[in-house]
Amino acid sequence: MNAQEKLDRGLLRVDEAECKGCGLCIEACPPKVIGLSEGLNHYGYRTAVYAGRGCTGCGICFLACPEPGALTVYRAVLKRPVAVDRTLGGQSAGGGMACASN
Amino acid sequence: MREDVADFTIAHEKAQSFYASYERKGELQHQTHYCPGCGHGVIHKMLARAIDEMGIQDRTILISPVGCSVFAYYYFDVGNIQAAHGRAPAVATAAKRSRPHSVVISYQGDGDLSAIGSGEILHAANRGENITVIFVNNAIYSMTGGQAAPTTLIGQKSTTTPCGRSAANEGYPLRVSEMLATLEAPVYIERVGLGDNKQIAQAARAIKRGVENQVKGLGFSLIEVLSPCPTIWKMSAVDAQRWVRDVMEKTYPLGVLCDRTKEARVHAMPAAAPPLEELPRLLDIPEDDPAVDVPEGAAKAVDLQVRVAGFGGQGVLLLGEVLAEAGLDAGLEVSWLPSYGPEMRSGTSNCHVRISNETIDSPMVSSPNMLIAMNEPSLRKFVATVRPGGWILYNGDAIPADCVRSDVHELSIPFTHVADEIGDARITNMVMLGALLEITGALPQASVDSALKRLVKSARWYELDERALERGREIYCGSLAVI
Ligand code: SF4
Ligand code: SF4
Ligand code: SF4
Repeated sequence: MNAQEKLDRGLLRVDEAECKGCGLCIEACPPKVIGLSEGLNHYGYRTAVYAGRGCTGCGICFLACPEPGALTVYRAVLKRPVAVDRTLGGQSAGGGMACASN
Repeated sequence: MREDVADFTIAHEKAQSFYASYERKGELQHQTHYCPGCGHGVIHKMLARAIDEMGIQDRTILISPVGCSVFAYYYFDVGNIQAAHGRAPAVATAAKRSRPHSVVISYQGDGDLSAIGSGEILHAANRGENITVIFVNNAIYSMTGGQAAPTTLIGQKSTTTPCGRSAANEGYPLRVSEMLATLEAPVYIERVGLGDNKQIAQAARAIKRGVENQVKGLGFSLIEVLSPCPTIWKMSAVDAQRWVRDVMEKTYPLGVLCDRTKEARVHAMPAAAPPLEELPRLLDIPEDDPAVDVPEGAAKAVDLQVRVAGFGGQGVLLLGEVLAEAGLDAGLEVSWLPSYGPEMRSGTSNCHVRISNETIDSPMVSSPNMLIAMNEPSLRKFVATVRPGGWILYNGDAIPADCVRSDVHELSIPFTHVADEIGDARITNMVMLGALLEITGALPQASVDSALKRLVKSARWYELDERALERGREIYCGSLAVI
């Protein structure tokens, strides 16, 4: 349940066209859930990629990134049972509790 | 994007105060022009967020400097002014004073602020202008390729300190914030860094405070940000960040250098400029405007471009002034531009006068249609500039052979002798002016009289000048008779 809880708290979206691959977000992210892409973007940069799980939604990468629109940080809305239902695959009670104690 | 994103809400996104796309040349309209890892982008984001959070986007005016951040106006969707090198605090002062309700943020790098602009920032701080200054210190001139800046660290290599800065050669790194903090007026000066997450978070708080102070009307705030420049430092972005925290910070310790926000009272705005109508009274210009009615027929096209030249003390500037003021009284457009310079200290001095019934585009007279040369050096200096068909009035027996021009009119008379005869060599200028007035016929005598009365206070001199003018007119008419 812990891993799932982590997965739910945050989400990172990287805009490939804006990212310059400086790596500051990777350095900044406390749970280290950002890496560099293998391929290059249109401008020849390897860009940041989110590992797909473990983001806490803390926003630290956002603050460290020099490009105004390269990163968008999402935070899970756990208060809505429907949302919890869908993301936690039915563990609504547990998810709801975890949120309430957050 | 993940399919389950609908379950998430946006926590951090591009600030409202940025344009959605940046309308600059080329295709790079969605990213900034800064190098990867440059601190400017980070600082821009903090500033934009502070503006968003305070809801002041509509009344913010950002002053962009010269340097890497010269294009800040492409990014911030606020009022923007781009200032000349070093002048951002002066421009910010003007913006704030003319629009007191606006929130004016001056943004400068260390080359701009601490070198050429050191005077501007010092005095803006000392006046306690109610503005916010963001000072981006990366210890180098970045935009032009990395010369040493006043802020360059001891031992730091740059294109102009290839062996490393030494105190003996280039002096010590300038600690601008510490210096400004010794002044009485600033309310808040803090140095922050972008060396790690903690520092970045503190920087964001400081920037917001700096803007808040202004919104509250407390006075001058400056936030110095130690900022990575990976390109010129020749480091990776991450190493540059580390260098800020491990190296730069030793010379530039972080922290609050002055904080008077608690005791600060709401900043009194400097007195507004007096209304235009008030100016004559303030400047002691008599209410009964001595302007004379423009006589019939005077509306003909006038385009006098006069260069008056002579030695200092010959009354060159006064001649031009009387002429210009007379033009003013005749209801014409005029300009009077003294040419100051080291030459004024000894040797020749000169002034430019334009009188026209049209709007005057420039007060400069580079090719006069009327040259008054009060001595030979002045004649030699300007003879070639006179327009074909124009006039040369020369204070001498005859124009030297090598200065003679066949395509201009000339009147060469030792005007000084004439002035001597009237009573004083010092009125040579007015004799020459009399001749000029007679030649051009553009100005009514009444307007000349009223101008002269205003400029020459002593009754004795006024009377002498009037006689000199009259003699000048006669001389010109007499010269026609001779021909
Ligand atoms: S929001 Fe925090 S946890 Fe999520 S990717 Fe960014 S730094 Fe990492
Ligand atoms: S900090 Fe921003 S620009 Fe740099 S790699 Fe991360 S997303 Fe890309
Ligand atoms: S040269 Fe330095 S300061 Fe200028 S944009 Fe590049 S990294 Fe930023």
